[in-house]
Amino acid sequence: MSLIEVEGLSKFYGSQAAVQNVSFKINEGEIIGLLGLNGAGKSTILKILGSFLLPSAGSAVMGGFSVESDAQKVRELIGYLPDRPPLYDDMRVVAYLRYVAKLKNVPSELVDTRLADVLDKTNLNEVAWSPLGELSHGFRQRVGIAQALVHNPPIIILDEPINGLDPVQIVEMRDLILSLRGKHTVILSSHILSEITKTCDRILIIDKGCLVAEGQQADLQKTHTRGFKVVVEVQGPVPRQDLLRIEGLTISEETPNLDTGSVVIKFDCQSDLRPHIAQVLINCGARLLEMRRDRDGLEEVFMNLVKSSQLN
Amino acid sequence: MNKTWQIASRELTSYFSTWMGYIIVAAALIIDGLLFNAFAVGNGAKLSADVLEGFFYFSSGMSMVAGILLAMRLVAEEKQNGTIVLLYSSPLSERQIIYGKFLSAFLFSMVMHGVSIYMPALIMVHGKISVGHVLAGYTSLALLGGLTISMTLFASTLASNQLVAAVGGSFIVMIFLTLWMVAKIVDQPFKDLFSWLAIHHDHFTPFGSGIVNLKDLVFYIGMIVFFLESSTMALIGRRCQG
Repeated sequence: MSLIEVEGLSKFYGSQAAVQNVSFKINEGEIIGLLGLNGAGKSTILKILGSFLLPSAGSAVMGGFSVESDAQKVRELIGYLPDRPPLYDDMRVVAYLRYVAKLKNVPSELVDTRLADVLDKTNLNEVAWSPLGELSHGFRQRVGIAQALVHNPPIIILDEPINGLDPVQIVEMRDLILSLRGKHTVILSSHILSEITKTCDRILIIDKGCLVAEGQQADLQKTHTRGFKVVVEVQGPVPRQDLLRIEGLTISEETPNLDTGSVVIKFDCQSDLRPHIAQVLINCGARLLEMRRDRDGLEEVFMNLVKSSQLN
Repeated sequence: MNKTWQIASRELTSYFSTWMGYIIVAAALIIDGLLFNAFAVGNGAKLSADVLEGFFYFSSGMSMVAGILLAMRLVAEEKQNGTIVLLYSSPLSERQIIYGKFLSAFLFSMVMHGVSIYMPALIMVHGKISVGHVLAGYTSLALLGGLTISMTLFASTLASNQLVAAVGGSFIVMIFLTLWMVAKIVDQPFKDLFSWLAIHHDHFTPFGSGIVNLKDLVFYIGMIVFFLESSTMALIGRRCQG
């Protein structure tokens, strides 16, 4: 049974749909990425999963509890980091985390242990006694993660966790998220493709409130690559005119390799034209070093899906 | 109750961890002191009980102003700073959030009134008043302050920022403060209704004279609960609408 089950979820603000008929399941221990442009509806979905926004239609069940009727139970199961960490600037890090631990039902005798654990995990020991208002953006984000982890919840929801972080902080945040794998089920949202691909087991692509695709990166590339793409590396003369005579073939990119004197050519084909391409190259005396089928990158897949969604 | 107290104690700490709490207490003491000296004591000869009644009358204005200042930030500031998400995503009910917030501002206002005790003490030393009269007066200040806080807290749950909450809270307080004047120019049954709903005129004055009526206690506590429950409903509504 899945830990999170979302079925036909919709949210309307007046007549405007923020989320429309979204359904997905998430298994225990997975790291799931919600990918979408700004305003696509990612945060709305996360707020509904966090049980502090009610859906207009559909259902979301977290760990067996409905976000609508068992909100308190759901909130015990989740740690939530919004796009802006919810920090009280007048508090010190330890006092803040202690406060959060008490709000989240951590037994008094375990509070100190949990604090020590999250301070270690999020590398916050050096600023443990600093006022939150004096922390840098990176540290504030880490405190935000710490408050989401302090009660050791099985589900962690992170809304744009790397927003505004510098490259070093992004790497640290990525390592932190990856360290949660297996022990927690993590749902994170981002519009930064590279981060999603580096941290997530599975990706849900959201556009205009709709789930337009879901799966592992490789599956998405396989399923949503448009046409048939071929990459060849050849030495010697490239018979461009002969190649372009093959019906349904266009050259999308040609990159010379100055070290080896070879050329890498990418073809867009309407079908599998590899035998034809190979035949032409060999007939013309070119040395065929490599030929393989290529897929769209996640960025291209994402753009294709967004464009199709907009056309629809 | 534990969660309510957690929220209240954090808020109370925040009043004293910034200058705001001290400034409000200091301002209240200065204004109370000036009003006490200028009007309650005055120049002519007065009975001690009249001086004390005057003190509570003028303190009631301070109590209402402080109530608005204390309560305007309670929820609106959390929304402005995004910290409300922490409360929304924690296993807390909306009622615990509202009552915790109210409790903090109410306790702070009690502290604020408490530090003005030297003025009734001066009257007691130099004149003749009963402890009961003092207790009745302070009860009225606490209740009126609590009601102002609950009204502004309601405005704070609806407002997107503290300024709007302050304006909204002031508006609600002013409406209920001046209803007794409206009662004079309308016919029955609104005359009695408006007169009964006025938060100061009929309900506060007896306390200042040392008279505690059960109906006045019920009025203030009922009105406080009404506005706290309205605030709770407003927060629940926010969960539905986003």
